[in-house]
Amino acid sequence: MKGKVIASLIIMAVVIFLLAESIFILDETQQAIITQFGKPVGGAIRNAGVHFKMPFIQKVIVFDKRLLEWDGEPQEIPTKDNKFIKIDTFARWRIIDPLAFYKSVRTEAVAQSRLDDILDGTIRDEIANRALQEIVRNSDRPMVIPEIEQEVKSEADTLSWREVMIPGAREEIAKNILDNVKKKLEELKLGIEVVDLKFKRIDYNPKVQEKVFERMISEQKRIAEKYRAIGQGEKQRILGKQDQKKKEILSEAYRKAQEIRGQADAEATKIYAEAYNKSPESRKFYEFIKTLETYKAIFDTSTTMILSTDNELLKYIKATK
Amino acid sequence: MSWKRIKIGKEEFEIPAGYYYLIVFGILLVIVGITIFMSFYTVDANEVGVVLRFGKFQKITYPGLHLKLPWGIDKVYTVKVDYQYKEEFGFRTVRPGVKTQYNVGSYTSESWMLTGDLNIADVKWVVQYKIKDAFKFLFRVRNVSESIRDVAEAAMRLVVGDRSFHEVLQSDRIEIANLVRDYMQKTLDLYDAGIDVQLVQLKDVHPPDPVRDSFNEVNRAKQEQERMVNEAMQVYNREIYRVEGEADRLIREAEGYRINRINRAKGEAALFNAVFNEYLKAKEVTKKRLYLETIEDILSKVKRKYIIDKDLQNVLPLLNLQSKERVK
Repeated sequence: MKGKVIASLIIMAVVIFLLAESIFILDETQQAIITQFGKPVGGAIRNAGVHFKMPFIQKVIVFDKRLLEWDGEPQEIPTKDNKFIKIDTFARWRIIDPLAFYKSVRTEAVAQSRLDDILDGTIRDEIANRALQEIVRNSDRPMVIPEIEQEVKSEADTLSWREVMIPGAREEIAKNILDNVKKKLEELKLGIEVVDLKFKRIDYNPKVQEKVFERMISEQKRIAEKYRAIGQGEKQRILGKQDQKKKEILSEAYRKAQEIRGQADAEATKIYAEAYNKSPESRKFYEFIKTLETYKAIFDTSTTMILSTDNELLKYIKATK
Repeated sequence: MSWKRIKIGKEEFEIPAGYYYLIVFGILLVIVGITIFMSFYTVDANEVGVVLRFGKFQKITYPGLHLKLPWGIDKVYTVKVDYQYKEEFGFRTVRPGVKTQYNVGSYTSESWMLTGDLNIADVKWVVQYKIKDAFKFLFRVRNVSESIRDVAEAAMRLVVGDRSFHEVLQSDRIEIANLVRDYMQKTLDLYDAGIDVQLVQLKDVHPPDPVRDSFNEVNRAKQEQERMVNEAMQVYNREIYRVEGEADRLIREAEGYRINRINRAKGEAALFNAVFNEYLKAKEVTKKRLYLETIEDILSKVKRKYIIDKDLQNVLPLLNLQSKERVK
């Protein structure tokens, strides 16, 4: 009785062990190949679920089925126009042929380092053949740059205008790199497909960056000066306009005033003439009165008067003699 | 009463058979209990459950209590599909709340980027996304959040790189956010990541710290310019108002002159006419009278008068013609 129990337990253990050795489970993120004495047999197993193999002699090697990341080390590369930039690229890839993958690189770590070699080289080749503007920009879309900044830029000649106007090709460059990488991977038969490649960061190297900052600062200073100068100019213009307007208004007023005065004088003259010029008699009388008035005006207390005795006024003084 | 012998290690115990069955029953009960416990799972309100049977996708389950096969046959992953995930670029929220604290310290490698006119802008932004397909999110891409971050940075730099510094800082902020969103969505769909990019929002966009002072300087200069113009305009307006008043004064003065002049003329004419009319009535007498009145008036005013006989010769040397005041 006791022996039976032990025997059945042993049989159960063996069965479980055999089952465990011949059944394997792949989940949705996995794919696998089966090797027999280290040699792959059969095709790749790509479906999730329960799968079978020969126990003991066959081994399962599991790979990731998902899209995998590749993040390159930032590289410093001189561009075609000899500007040193730091370029940080990333790619997404997946294992499309686990069999080829196993044969050529075996593990993901090895695959990553192979990708490093292929991608870094291809990126370097493409970037070295491109001007900085092409890499930074993505199209020939006209950019809005404030006039004052354009003036300052062209005056200082810190950045030639033509250079800025080179049409960009950022995505095209990335696509070229991707295409070249795909071609190389096909030739190498690594079982890898690179799905996407993008530039994450494109930066100046630190030394160039410092210079760029210096340039930006000097540009801004010039812009500030310009604004101040424009302000001064505006002020002078306004003040000039003010002077002009002032003179306009005052001279116009003077003209009107003189016109009014002239009219007044004319009218007064007419009135006087009408009164004084009625007849020869009135003319004579006017002359007489006016002369008398004039006398009154010209003689005052400081006048010394010498009168001759034959003066009309004194005729009676003589007469008494 | 039967006894059972139990061997644990080297020790042997004898226990009553009743106890033995009790223990076996107990162990079975525990196993069944664990099995039942393992057969239930809950999906929370903002989640879905993704069920794998023997590693193979079985179904999606929705919030509530659910059954599954125990002992690792069914595996359930819960995914927060209604949750708004957020990724920050160029800064990190230290403590969210009413007064959110940010750490903006040293994320310049994230936030400094080249603009199309080869300047450097400091751009901080936020990406909000939801998981639109739990299955894809779980099983199609390894390390989805890193992909989102990488793609977001690539997209932002691509869009900013095609714009001038001025556009990035001022005019194109909304357009940039939208383009980045679209570009991210397109790329993540290519990856089959099951992500829905809901919102890209530019936070702080400004010149990098090392050049910031000079930009502030420009703003100050701009304000100074405006101030100068305003001041000049003020002076202008003040002066013009004054001058307009002055002009008005000149004209009114002239008007005054005119009225004065005409009235005077009329008055004088009237006076003349009146006197003349009287004169006509007695010409000689009036003339004489007017003459004598005038002479009287004059001679009464004149202080020094000399009356000299008409026959006297050489009278001038005798006279001191200077007035007394002058001699003194």
